[in-house]
Amino acid sequence: MTTSATTVRVAEAAAPIDGRDQFAPLLERVRAGRKFGANVLSTLDVLQVLYDRVLRITPATVDDPDRDRFLLSKGHAVAGYYALLAAKGFIPPDWLDDQGGPSSRLGDHPDRTLIPGVEIGSGSLGHGLGLGVGSALGLRAQGRLAPRVYVLLGDAELDEGSNHEAIAYAGAVGLGNLTAIVVDNFSATHGWPGGLATRFTANGWTAATVDGRDRDALHPALTGHHGHRPHVVVALVGDGE
Amino acid sequence: MRDTFVATTTEFLDDPRTVVVLADISAEAFAPAATRHPDRVVNVGIREQLMVGVAGGLALTGLRPIVHSYAPFLVERAYEQIKLDLDHQGVGAVLVSVGASYDRAAAGRTHLGPADVALIDTLHDWTVHVPGHRDEVPGLLRAVVCGQGSAYVRLSTQSNARAYPEAGDLRVLRDAGPGAALLVAVGPTVDAALDATADLPVTVAYTHRPRPFDTAGLRALVDSAVILVEPYLAGTSARLVSAALADRPHRLAALGVRREELRRYGSAADHARWHGLDAAGLRRSITDFLSPALV
Repeated sequence: MTTSATTVRVAEAAAPIDGRDQFAPLLERVRAGRKFGANVLSTLDVLQVLYDRVLRITPATVDDPDRDRFLLSKGHAVAGYYALLAAKGFIPPDWLDDQGGPSSRLGDHPDRTLIPGVEIGSGSLGHGLGLGVGSALGLRAQGRLAPRVYVLLGDAELDEGSNHEAIAYAGAVGLGNLTAIVVDNFSATHGWPGGLATRFTANGWTAATVDGRDRDALHPALTGHHGHRPHVVVALVGDGE
Repeated sequence: MRDTFVATTTEFLDDPRTVVVLADISAEAFAPAATRHPDRVVNVGIREQLMVGVAGGLALTGLRPIVHSYAPFLVERAYEQIKLDLDHQGVGAVLVSVGASYDRAAAGRTHLGPADVALIDTLHDWTVHVPGHRDEVPGLLRAVVCGQGSAYVRLSTQSNARAYPEAGDLRVLRDAGPGAALLVAVGPTVDAALDATADLPVTVAYTHRPRPFDTAGLRALVDSAVILVEPYLAGTSARLVSAALADRPHRLAALGVRREELRRYGSAADHARWHGLDAAGLRRSITDFLSPALV
């Protein structure tokens, strides 16, 4: 993909839902002339649907115990995440200009102690779902039934065995306040024959597999949980995107 | 010690902030507590990575997790989760292990965990307790569970004849007077250390809290020779002794479990002997170390 084609793709992927969003220019600001990899582009639609239409969290409620939790487990997908956090007012846009710099709060992987609105520090793959299971259990144990825990993973990240510990356990105990979102850009080296969703449904999860570019399909999938079972959304994006 | 831990922890569960996370080990002992507090006694099955990850998530929601398993599975198998799911997230938990070093010697290498304290010691600002008697467990456990930070409590089937509670800071059990060498024994090693040095010019101090190490107490007690006796990897606390005495000429003997894999079964007493941590072995090492001064 050429640089100019990448730029077009970024602009498309960052097209605002309501026409007033500042997301696209903010994403360009993060990009700073670099070329984005597939891992960035593949998550943009999911992130925007989550923050625009699903998650009950605002800059004013980042410490509210009853907020929804969004855990970015694939911590390398920060470009769209940082741009969204700026667009939604969690962080000043100025922070986007020096990612990874010596005085920056924004690394190539996020640190929850440095960035308002970031629930976990991630980067090493396979940690977010376990933390999400613990968060969901903790909310339930405290009688906080309104908030929901969303964990964003990648299909290659699922190679890490720790995810399968979490998938099996969450299904076994019917952790109904947990949603996993797996962006599947077919990057797992040995693939997932039979489809990713089967790894979850075999363990008692409900699942929706949708086009990861289709925001109108993503929204019902991301809110399609019901009852006392954890829910997974497999967001398919083009091979290598 | 495990029974005392289960009984004490069951009492802690009356506090709605406390949550116990297990990976099958000791789940039966916690069954009555789990019946009373089904949401706060969590057994994830034989999944130690998840056990620690779940603890991190629970702590992120404001709860205080007590995480328990066999030492090698808790600390070695799940080390990255300890580093990232607790420390890197800026949250704390209390990890409680059983199966210290060679407690289950007959089980072989897979169940030996002499490196646990050294691994925890790669992390910042952890409290480590190594009780030497079951009656020391409730007090130190209460202190760390009521605290904010992270702590590692290393329970053992090895025990001293009597308890020395309130021995976080160094507690002198035998004072050999000015000029004597200072022996610091950690946890269940102190009885053998006292036996080994009964007629030697050695002051014996005890602690069940190697982290934070009582460096002020060390400086107050030491003349020039220090003997560390630790029930885990030899030398684990040597760096702290060296740092504490950096401005003083001193000699240090760091005794503990050796790194080599013995590939032998037997009992904990056998392994103590093979690692030179029984009274006779300690006496040999200590007289060798002191002999220039004795001549």
